[in-house]
Amino acid sequence: MKRIVTATVFNQSGVLNRITGLFTRRQFNIESITVGATETEGVSKMTFVVHVEDARMVEQVLKQLNKQIDVLKVNDITDQAIVTRELALLKVMTTPQTRAEINVIIEPFRATIIDVAKDSVTIQVVGNFEKIEAMIELLRPYGIKEVARTGQTAIKRGSQRLVSESKPFSILN
Amino acid sequence: MNQNAKVKELKVDTTAASAGPMNGADIFIESLKKENVEVMFGYPGGAVLPLYDALYKNPIRHILARHEQGAIHAAEGYARVSGKPGVVLATSGPGATNLVTGITDAMMDSLPLVVFTGQVATGVIGTDAFQEADVIGITMPITKHNYQVRDMNDLPRIVHEAFHIATTGRPGPVLIDIPKDIAGMIGEPEFVTEVDLPGYQPNFKPNSLQVKKLRGALAQAKKPVILAGAGVLHAKASKELLQFVEKMQIPVVNTLLGLGGFPANHPLFLGMGGMHGTNTANKALYETDLLINIGARFDDRLTGNLAHFAPSATVAHIDIDPAEIGKNVETHIPIVADARAALKKIMSLDFEAPKADEWRAKLQQDKVENPLWNTEDGEGISPQLLMKMIHEITEGDAIVTTDVGQHQMWTAQYYGFNKPDQWVTSGGLGTMGFGFPSAIGAQIAKPDKTVVAIAGDAGFQMTLQELGLVAELKLPVKIIVYNNMALGMVRQWQETFYEERYSQSLIPVQPDFVKLADSYGIRGYKVSTEEEAEKVLRETLTDNEPVLIDCRIKPKEMVYPMIAPGKGLHEMIGVKPQ
Ligand SMILES: Cc1ncc(C[n+]2csc(CCOP(=O)(O)OP(=O)(O)O)c2C)c(N)n1
Ligand SMILES: [Mg+2]
Repeated sequence: MKRIVTATVFNQSGVLNRITGLFTRRQFNIESITVGATETEGVSKMTFVVHVEDARMVEQVLKQLNKQIDVLKVNDITDQAIVTRELALLKVMTTPQTRAEINVIIEPFRATIIDVAKDSVTIQVVGNFEKIEAMIELLRPYGIKEVARTGQTAIKRGSQRLVSESKPFSILN
Repeated sequence: MNQNAKVKELKVDTTAASAGPMNGADIFIESLKKENVEVMFGYPGGAVLPLYDALYKNPIRHILARHEQGAIHAAEGYARVSGKPGVVLATSGPGATNLVTGITDAMMDSLPLVVFTGQVATGVIGTDAFQEADVIGITMPITKHNYQVRDMNDLPRIVHEAFHIATTGRPGPVLIDIPKDIAGMIGEPEFVTEVDLPGYQPNFKPNSLQVKKLRGALAQAKKPVILAGAGVLHAKASKELLQFVEKMQIPVVNTLLGLGGFPANHPLFLGMGGMHGTNTANKALYETDLLINIGARFDDRLTGNLAHFAPSATVAHIDIDPAEIGKNVETHIPIVADARAALKKIMSLDFEAPKADEWRAKLQQDKVENPLWNTEDGEGISPQLLMKMIHEITEGDAIVTTDVGQHQMWTAQYYGFNKPDQWVTSGGLGTMGFGFPSAIGAQIAKPDKTVVAIAGDAGFQMTLQELGLVAELKLPVKIIVYNNMALGMVRQWQETFYEERYSQSLIPVQPDFVKLADSYGIRGYKVSTEEEAEKVLRETLTDNEPVLIDCRIKPKEMVYPMIAPGKGLHEMIGVKPQ
């Protein structure tokens, strides 16, 4: 199963190393990691997309992250009301004939062309994972030369729907 | 990036010693004094020359080992029996990398260490300078936490945090890497007396709801058993455990590292569990309907094949480290707490004892029918009998350390630990070479106790250079070499699982251990029969001098009973023939 986990961390030197090392050592499978500053100076937020076998494995991921001294807070936000976004840049081959077609394809995705060369265009798209996957699939037949993706970052929505069932692995209640 | 993302104002020690400008090295010594460090174990070198110079001017007792590995295992032994953090100091590069085994060992067995390493000067870090090693990178996965000091003004805070982290919650090693130039810089730092670690808040108090669940489960249980691990020792909870057990009349199994947390001579003690545990202990773990784990981590050497581990039990687990709960074994009643705090809470409530007469009777009968046993034929000293002799002569009161291998298992099975903190062994990492230097540290922590190092002939050869330390400090450590001329445990596995193909497990050439001891000015004996052994042990174990006894044990003796790898607790082999 795929889980989205966030961690707020002290921005000490080596903290990213500590966390990626932990994932490797414990054989936690990560699809992506993003890191960036938060509203508090010296504190960063990381968002991980992890693939785990079962609920017990997620519990281990959360607990092992929590054990790190520089980690302030860890959340599995998969089942909460959240917004996730990722940015992708795609370099797609073009001919004079296909350029217009490509424009039509990317328009509903609200993607933009940010660079044009003789035989290719570079497209920027922002959205959740599925949206970006969908657009890539549609562009694949034209020949994608290069893809650069940031990985997903996530934030909880301002108002949360009530989630009644408590986490099955909570250890403090 | 920002080592100082701290905002909170911390309390500061304003005594005379912290006033006025000092250099980094003096601050280092002053910080150790403020942590009440009585002794440290180390080895000098280029990058720590400033620290050693400060130590010369403002002494703290320093034990100069003959190898950094010896220093850190000694610090582990010291920590294990004293409950205080072991402090280690080594130089950059090779000094630091020689510590890696010991740091990992301490991490696996939750021993509090504060390890200081020198580093090349900040200006050349990252340039492959002479004796530079990425010690922070190397030790990240094997420390509870590590620091590199980048600003000398942070040094007192970092040292204070390191001692706090190493000794609280689940103990473990913390490393501080100090670049050489930091030691020479002059500054006027504040010696903080508080820590502000919002990301590190170990939970000591048990949750009432879970404790009530345990009460409910106990009232229902017909076949309860307690598995007591080293967490009982770290939390100093053996008294509370004994009270709880006597009130509830629940049988107890110890893990290897938990030995001594519950008296081995108690009628409710079933022995050690796991690979070389007793048949009764493993039977209890297999058949139980309520398993109460107190401070053990369900290591695979204990559980055997997980599919057959306590298959019909409700599992309760008391542990200070939440990450251990549910890691290997599904847990129904998780109690994140210090073992002592949890047991106190439980005792303060009205708990109904489980109705387990039948269960106790059954286990008692198994104890009688399937005890530990040994063969009585063959050349040489029986290793099991030898251990019983050592118990008897030391009145079961010695501090006993071991290396790793057959002799370690025989010690665990036969010494009979009745009190906490007299047992020092490398459990999680299984580090050969641990036993002898850890005995040195234990003897330094407890100068008045008899300390016996049980060493394998092979493991002893990994760290025997520390004989120099024993001679120098005139430490009355009793070194007993279980000599089977082999990597005995490897040989045993090859005999059992590899059709007696003894690939690289027999040692054809050994030093003359008696002459070796003699060359250090230490008494040495070689004994080949049980009579000789008894005579020499009686003469030498109770006096105040070091001794090395080369005991020629039966070379083909096996450690039994045993659970083969991949097998379950109910599949013990080598149980006493009827
Ligand atoms: C540093 C290290 N290397 C290898 C091993 C693997 N190993 C486990 S027991 C053992 C044999 C130990 O021989 P000895 O010290 O003579 O003890 P014995 O089993 O004979 O009592 C070996 C090689 C280990 N545990 N540690
Ligand atoms: Mg041997």
